[in-house]
Parts: sequence; structure tokens; C-alpha cells
Amino acid sequence: MMHADTAPPGAAAPVFYQTDEEGHHSEGSTMLGFWLYLMSDCLIFATLFATYGVLGRSYAAGPTPKDLFDLPGIAVNTAMLLFSSITYGFAMLEMDRDRIKRTQVWLAITGLFGVAFVALEIREFAHLFHEGAPPWRSAFLSSFYTLVGTHGLHVSMGILWLVVLMVQVRKYGLIVENKRRLMCLSMFWHFLDLIWIGVFTVVYLMGVLE
Amino acid sequence: MSADAHHMAGPVGHGGASAGHGHDPHAHSEGGHGTVQSYMTGFVLSVILTVIPFWLVMGNVLDNSLVTTLVILALGGVQMVVHVVYFLHMSTKSEGGWTFMALIFTITLVVIMLAGSVWVMYHLNHNMMPMDAHDVMNNAR
Repeated sequence: MMHADTAPPGAAAPVFYQTDEEGHHSEGSTMLGFWLYLMSDCLIFATLFATYGVLGRSYAAGPTPKDLFDLPGIAVNTAMLLFSSITYGFAMLEMDRDRIKRTQVWLAITGLFGVAFVALEIREFAHLFHEGAPPWRSAFLSSFYTLVGTHGLHVSMGILWLVVLMVQVRKYGLIVENKRRLMCLSMFWHFLDLIWIGVFTVVYLMGVLE
Repeated sequence: MSADAHHMAGPVGHGGASAGHGHDPHAHSEGGHGTVQSYMTGFVLSVILTVIPFWLVMGNVLDNSLVTTLVILALGGVQMVVHVVYFLHMSTKSEGGWTFMALIFTITLVVIMLAGSVWVMYHLNHNMMPMDAHDVMNNAR
């Protein structure tokens, strides 16, 4: 911190680098690094959206979105993800106050909403297969399953991560490392909710409109 | 510097429970922490911005489907911003501005990729039009 003793008299103290970088920087750079990961994930989804945008009207004389999509079901799905976002927020607020039990309860509720979302999506896919709309039926369906399936896979991985972190918190408590991990998962979880906004707008709502 | 502010944000957030909420704005200026109000604001806005497009499409409120499309795309865009601000706690200052820079860069790439793909492929489809059976038959005559 003090470079005054090395400076010539009368000159301003030169600052070569931040001396307290070590201890403080690690957490900040984890968050920044994780943010960069999310941005690259965002690019993956953008390519899938672009693919869907190009192929989404190529039905190959097969079923169209209007025949297949059940909007009330999608609305329920959307609600599940939105509720899970706010409950994760509450978990983070309890984590800030170092209340382990309440954090765990909110995390568990978040996980249940996530499981409900994935279950509803699997049910929807099963229904589509039953209706004669598997991925290989048309370019529209291939791109649809790729986009929505990739999102669903992300949510499933998020649930797995959530369970692992709940075990960690149970075992080691809300130590600095676990807080950092929970904050990363928080960003991941809210990010998936953000992607879902694009999915329900572009795929489901615009699909049914056409 | 931003790291110091970040570490202070935690304890400051606790103050909300006691006297007043006057000190709270510090809490969500930095990093991953919000307040109950900021989460609830984000949630309520999200619910409104989700219900409107579903209502527009399911209730067939607007006759013109092009207008409906533009409206739901705009609402989706607004809701994404709401999520970034209230749930991801992004601001132009978090992590010394680097997250914001990365976000702007990503948005630029995404816009180029989406708009470019749809634009180019639309023209490609247009120029290779006689693909369906009907057109092929017409051309054969």
C-alpha cells in the first residue's frame, strides 16, 4: 500500500500494481469467469435459435406448431420456471443472513419447481411422439427438439448441481466456498429462465400465431 | 476497488430488517445480492410481461398477427432486461464494468448471428423457390 518511502521527494507516490489483489480478487474473478461462461452458453442458444428461425417453417407436409402446441400447458411450464427463479432469490437472501435451514428449504422448493418443469417437458415430448411428431419427421421438429431439449438438459443439470450443493451445505455449512458456488448456480438458474423467455416467445407463441 | 464494495454489500443488506430500508440501495449495486424488494419487483414485472403475451395469443386479442408478433417480441425483450437487472443483478458497474462489456459483446454477436441467418436463408429460400410439388408441376407444363 505504501510506496511513499521509495518515491523521490516532491513526486507523487507511484503505484505499480494493486498490492491487495490476492485475497480480494479470487471471488470477483470467479463471478466474472462464470459470467463469461454464461455468455458463451448464450451463443450456443443463439445458434440454436437461428437454426430454428431458418428451419422452423419447414414442415415437410407434417404437423405444424398450431396442430401440436398446447399453450395452457406451456403457460404452466413458464410459471414453474418463474416461481423457481423467485424462490432461488429467497434462498440467496437467506444465505446472506447465514440461515442454513431456511436457505435449504428455499433451495429444495426451487428444486421441486425445476423437477416439475422438466417433468412437464418430458410429458410434452412424449405426447408429441405419440401424435406422430418425432424429431425426424421434419426440419421444423428437428430444430424444435434441439432447441427446447438443450434448454431442458440445462435445467436438468441445474437440478443436479442444486442437489449437490444442498448436500455440500448440509455437510459443511454456509462457508465462503459454498456461498460462492450458490451464487454461480443462482446466475445459471436465472440465465436459464431468461433463455426460456426466448423459447416461449419465439417457438410457442409465434408458432401458434402463424 | 470494486471487490471492496462487494464485500461490504453483504453486511449492509442485513440492515433492512431493523430500522428502515434507507441504506439498502448499496446492497444491489454490486455482485450477486439483491433485496426482497428488488426480487419482488422483478417477479411482479416478469409475471405481467409473461401474462400479456400469452393473453394476446391465446385470446386472439389483436386481429393482425404481424402486430401481435412484434408486440410479443418486444415484451419478451423487455422481460429479458428485467431478468438481467433484477435477478442477475447486472449493472454497468458490476465487476468494474467487465460483465457489462461481455454482455454488450455477446448481444452484438447474437444480433448479427440471428438477423444474418434469417435474412440470408430467407433470400436463399426465395431464390430456390420451386421446391414443393405444386410449383414443380406448374413449371413442368
